[in-house]
Amino acid sequence: MLFGQRLRRLAGWLATAAIAAAFAIAVAAFFELLGRDAETRTAVLRGYTFLTSGDLRVAFDLRWDQLSAVMALVVTGVSSLIHLYSIGYMASDERRETFFAWLNLFVAAMLVLVLAQNFLVMFLGWEGVGLCSYLLIGYWFNRPMPVVNPLGRLVAGEPDDRLEVWAPPAAKKAFLANRIGDVGFLLAMFLIFATVGSLDFDDVFGRATGLATGTATAVALLLFLACTGKSAQFPLYVWLPDAMAGPTPVSALIHAATMVTAGVFLVARTHTLFEASGTAQTVVVVVGALTALLAALIAIGQDDLKKILAYSTVSQLGYMFVGVGLGPIGYAAGMLHLVTHAFFKAQLFLGAGSVMHGNDDDVDVKHFGGLRTVMPVTFWTTVLAWAAIIGVPFTAGFYSKDQVLAAAFDHGGVGRLAWAVGVLTAGLTAFYMSRLLFLTFFGERRWPEGRHPHESPAVMTLPLVVLGVLAVVAGFALSTFTGEGGRFQGFLEPVLGHEAHEGTSAAAFWLSVVATGMAAIGAGIAWLLYGSGRVDWLAMRARFASAWRALAERLYVDQVYELFTVTLGRAFAAFLAVTIDQRTIDGAVNGVAELVGTAARSGRRLQSGLVRSYALGVLGGAVLIVAFLVFRP
Amino acid sequence: MRVGPGAYLLLSALLFGIGVAGVLIRRNAIVVFMCVELMLNAVNLSFIAFAKVNGTLDGQILAFFVMVVAAAEVVVGLGILVAIFRKRSSASVDDVNLLKG
Repeated sequence: MLFGQRLRRLAGWLATAAIAAAFAIAVAAFFELLGRDAETRTAVLRGYTFLTSGDLRVAFDLRWDQLSAVMALVVTGVSSLIHLYSIGYMASDERRETFFAWLNLFVAAMLVLVLAQNFLVMFLGWEGVGLCSYLLIGYWFNRPMPVVNPLGRLVAGEPDDRLEVWAPPAAKKAFLANRIGDVGFLLAMFLIFATVGSLDFDDVFGRATGLATGTATAVALLLFLACTGKSAQFPLYVWLPDAMAGPTPVSALIHAATMVTAGVFLVARTHTLFEASGTAQTVVVVVGALTALLAALIAIGQDDLKKILAYSTVSQLGYMFVGVGLGPIGYAAGMLHLVTHAFFKAQLFLGAGSVMHGNDDDVDVKHFGGLRTVMPVTFWTTVLAWAAIIGVPFTAGFYSKDQVLAAAFDHGGVGRLAWAVGVLTAGLTAFYMSRLLFLTFFGERRWPEGRHPHESPAVMTLPLVVLGVLAVVAGFALSTFTGEGGRFQGFLEPVLGHEAHEGTSAAAFWLSVVATGMAAIGAGIAWLLYGSGRVDWLAMRARFASAWRALAERLYVDQVYELFTVTLGRAFAAFLAVTIDQRTIDGAVNGVAELVGTAARSGRRLQSGLVRSYALGVLGGAVLIVAFLVFRP
Repeated sequence: MRVGPGAYLLLSALLFGIGVAGVLIRRNAIVVFMCVELMLNAVNLSFIAFAKVNGTLDGQILAFFVMVVAAAEVVVGLGILVAIFRKRSSASVDDVNLLKG
């Protein structure tokens, strides 16, 4: 017993050690892969056949190739940093060993997902990460959290700030939205098995070009439905902002760096199926672009630090889907954005957690201000990640985002539309991220009396530093300006295929100028409104009240969903309960009883008890019989 | 004067009708019994008439049967009536309405 108690305190270190070990193994396997020729960089581990039914044989097969290597490195690497961070962040929580257990379970499920060699094993991982997401979002199930009111006043503790929210509904919402997507995954698997006869990737992708276009489109669109659920695209993105009810390391790991990227990985892995159907690719690109724009707009109107980042994640995932939806021209760009986004978004979330940790777990941006002098490490690392996400030249985000946009532009057709939307969104991204930066770290101090914001311990700031540095260097370390000939793209080419850009590098340069220019404009406007102190942004909200309200209320998408699901559901249930159950069914049963009663009451009148009536009855019967006998034909 | 069997049958029918009317109309139990006897005797008469018409003895034998049954029935019926009368001191058939439901 004594031993177990002591182990509890070590739970965090144990968990981190486990993931760090996994990372080390991944790095070793990666180098082993590099040691081979480009064409032979695939290793398949055939495991135990756990499902046999008729012609279907499914085994725990694992696949180690360039794509899985990239994902595994990102997952285990970022995860070890976040585990380390969590040791500090969750230090005062009583149930933290459960937290670390679930966090480890999540990483295990995610690794199953990325290492799968067939659809069913991948689905196991898919469901596993969904489960862990549910568990971890609902981790603080017994703790109400204050809702940030964007229409409210400035100082914490004022009456209209004290709305409360609980975690379990958010966890359920996440699971349900994911489940709807999973129906797509299941149906796609059924269709694949029905047409191809196997669920193994090598079999399916080998025969993908032979599939009828209709089948390929159906499969691809069903898989993409699963992606909209898991990777929070329209229409199933609504769970991600609510998922911020979970602890911040969970938001960083699951809802920024790894789980939500599973959808992008799925499209990349099954790219031959998507290439077999132009319609599906168009759908992916359009949905990705529009989601990016929608989420960026909503992010502008949020005051909750984590919700801004959540919508930012949805928006950046849109970019990734544009990348992988374009076809061979954009796979490497989309995957590069996945990697760089993991770095800078994880940093932003961990930085947000650090800010919260030092501010009594407050998330309301209205209550911060001027924190850069109090929390320098957090500030500077956040600046690095901010630079990456808005696309400051030569940061990692600059490389990946501009490559996605250039690939979209060169693709033509729907790609041009995606490019335009993407550039606009880049401007909006710069605006809301700069707004976040200025409101939190610059300006006059707005925190309430009695609060002493402080920097976080080294266990938390070290991952911030590592991620911040990665957010800056990952770009030019992995890739070239256009992506052509870069290490990242070359590494992935045997798996994903590649199509060279048609435009010249001068064209790429000018495209980049346009995108960066948009970002500069966005950041500039944000500085003017929030950073320079010249504009009273709180008063501006009152002036543009209806527009602000629309953005703050998340463009009413959640309300529409609630109308269709909750309200309609309740109305339907009421209809079933009252009209059908009570009135019709119970009415029928009771009606039968009534009928019998009435019939009986009428029949009762024959029983008068009078002997003479009975005698009359006997006489009547006798007369009838005699008449029958006399007159019968 | 020769009276054909039709006259006997007519008389029998009349007697039977009077008996039925009496059973249905009269309230006194003893009168009802008397009317029942009347009906039985009417039937007896018609049996004899038909026996004479057919020239056989069947009808006459049946008449004897009827008379025996009638006698037994009177015994039992009067016994019941006396028992009821002792309990209720009323001989009206309208008063035995316990089967009313």
